[in-house]
Amino acid sequence: MAKNFSIKHQTGFTAIAATCFIVLYLPIIVLVAYAFNAANSTSEWGGFSMRWFQSAWQNVQVIDATLRSFQIGAVAAMLSTIFATMAALATTRTASYPGLTFKYAAINQPLMVPEIVTGVALLIFFSRIKIFTGYSGLGYLIAAHTAFCIPFAYLPIRARLENMDLTLERAAADLYATPWKTFRRITLPLLWPGILAGLMLAFVISLDDVVITEFVKSGGQDTLPTYMLGQIRRGITPEINAISTAFLLLSVAIVTLFFFVSRKRD
Amino acid sequence: MPEKPDRNAIEVVNVSKIFGSGEGQVAALDTVSVSIRENEFFTLLGPSGCGKTTLLRLIAGFDFPTAGEILLYGQDIAPLPPFKRPVNTVFQSYALFPHMTVADNIGFGLEMLGKPKTEIKARVAEMLKLVKMEALAGRRTSQISGGQQQRVALARALAPQPKVLLLDEPLSALDYKLRKEMQIELKRLQHETGITFIFVTHDQEEALTMSDRIAVMSSGKILQVGSPRDIYDRPAERFVADFIGESNFLKADVVGATGGRATVKLSSGTEIPASLPEGFSPSGKVTIVVRPEHAQLGAASPSASLSGTVENIVYLGTDTHFHLRLAGGEPFIVRRQNSRGAGDGIVQGGQVGIMIGNDAAQVLKD
Repeated sequence: MAKNFSIKHQTGFTAIAATCFIVLYLPIIVLVAYAFNAANSTSEWGGFSMRWFQSAWQNVQVIDATLRSFQIGAVAAMLSTIFATMAALATTRTASYPGLTFKYAAINQPLMVPEIVTGVALLIFFSRIKIFTGYSGLGYLIAAHTAFCIPFAYLPIRARLENMDLTLERAAADLYATPWKTFRRITLPLLWPGILAGLMLAFVISLDDVVITEFVKSGGQDTLPTYMLGQIRRGITPEINAISTAFLLLSVAIVTLFFFVSRKRD
Repeated sequence: MPEKPDRNAIEVVNVSKIFGSGEGQVAALDTVSVSIRENEFFTLLGPSGCGKTTLLRLIAGFDFPTAGEILLYGQDIAPLPPFKRPVNTVFQSYALFPHMTVADNIGFGLEMLGKPKTEIKARVAEMLKLVKMEALAGRRTSQISGGQQQRVALARALAPQPKVLLLDEPLSALDYKLRKEMQIELKRLQHETGITFIFVTHDQEEALTMSDRIAVMSSGKILQVGSPRDIYDRPAERFVADFIGESNFLKADVVGATGGRATVKLSSGTEIPASLPEGFSPSGKVTIVVRPEHAQLGAASPSASLSGTVENIVYLGTDTHFHLRLAGGEPFIVRRQNSRGAGDGIVQGGQVGIMIGNDAAQVLKD
């Protein structure tokens, strides 16, 4: 009979796989290539140049939006990771009970509800609060980002907790460690890679968000993605390519770090 | 070492543990009572699901009894959380903390008790020496072998000098040779530390080798408690006789019983003496047990207790097993130690007589 079945030997496999990769990566490669275009066009090559990187680097609006993105991303990632850690502990360190599945679903709500719906809902909700309080700072964006980052931080932390040997915590309790000491000395150190992974994932998700940010932001609160969207409406220069390229590098770096951290010794 | 054989370290009083509720309710322990003496190596022996691990977990505090009391030197510890009980556990999986060194693992309990650093250091050094692991103090627990992890787990549990040490099948993950070594090692540690050990196992040989006393458990109950010799020579119930060692079970009629001894009539019509379980006075039909090495073979004659046909002879080096078929059709095995050059003329298919000595037969309760 035939050898072990391998999908690689099916007719057309190589062609389909190649097509997928090309569709995925070719546009990005073109985008990155034109970031180094000396001309003003994103489609006609005018020789190699770093001028658009320089231009972006000196563009006050770009720097402002980037710093705001980092600020929101950092605060939202930290807050959401704290909430996600607590949620993960509460949903794994307990006996199963009716309603637990519902809680998983509730925590992961942002993964299921379309972003546009959340965006509109927050727009209406926050505008009321703005009228009552008069506050119109970054707090709204941070709150919104925190909320939709929670499931992304929650998943790696919960996975880590579920793989952890419960006997270790039992052994600590057996050796006179109070529940708090057990958490501090055993659970938390062993959970740390999961928490770091959750933090990084949440940061990347926050950096990348357009839809909800677009609805929630007040005037002068552009993040890098919403700034780029605004620029494109006005006409594209390779500066956008340069910013995108820098953004791409940053995301790849963080996601790579995420895989490295979350795969660390179990 | 102080000899106070009469003090009880642990008293389990009418403890039940019921899991689930309603229809799916399971009694893991059913009104169990047992006393464990100070400085004793006590073993809970039984097949998986008999409740031995549940009982250990209740003593450790990882679970709480549905009913009953667990006394540690007279104080009821059943409601206390594990970190408030002066009792430590050696886990089946060892459960060493992977992010700490060997020395930090051993010192963890003392640290949690708030002992001063110098005392912890001295005690850890002493423990490392006790389990012969001085050279590996700074290693991560993932960098040492299974046998070494076992020693660290022991040292970690012994370091805070618990009143009772609980061992949950700690040798089951080790290979045969290492297991034999650790059996001796555990006995030595128990002797040197003078700590009461409660050891859980399903391995009857392990239980017989190491224990001062054994409790045989089945289906959430303790069937018999006694020294290894008691349990082996004087099993009270068929389950105990069957679970530990090999047994011949025979139907018999009780002719008379007084003072722990009975006279029973075998199917062959021969009357033989037999021992009775404590506090048991039977009448009518009973089952008796005879261990294969407690019966002797001889020529078929009217003076023999039983007679049978040799169906099979299995030579095992140190001894030989004779598989017999009795006149009534029941199987019977006799084990005889071999000596050199002893030709005895017993051949397959031949007729033999079986002698059951005065102290060889035991009446069972069921």
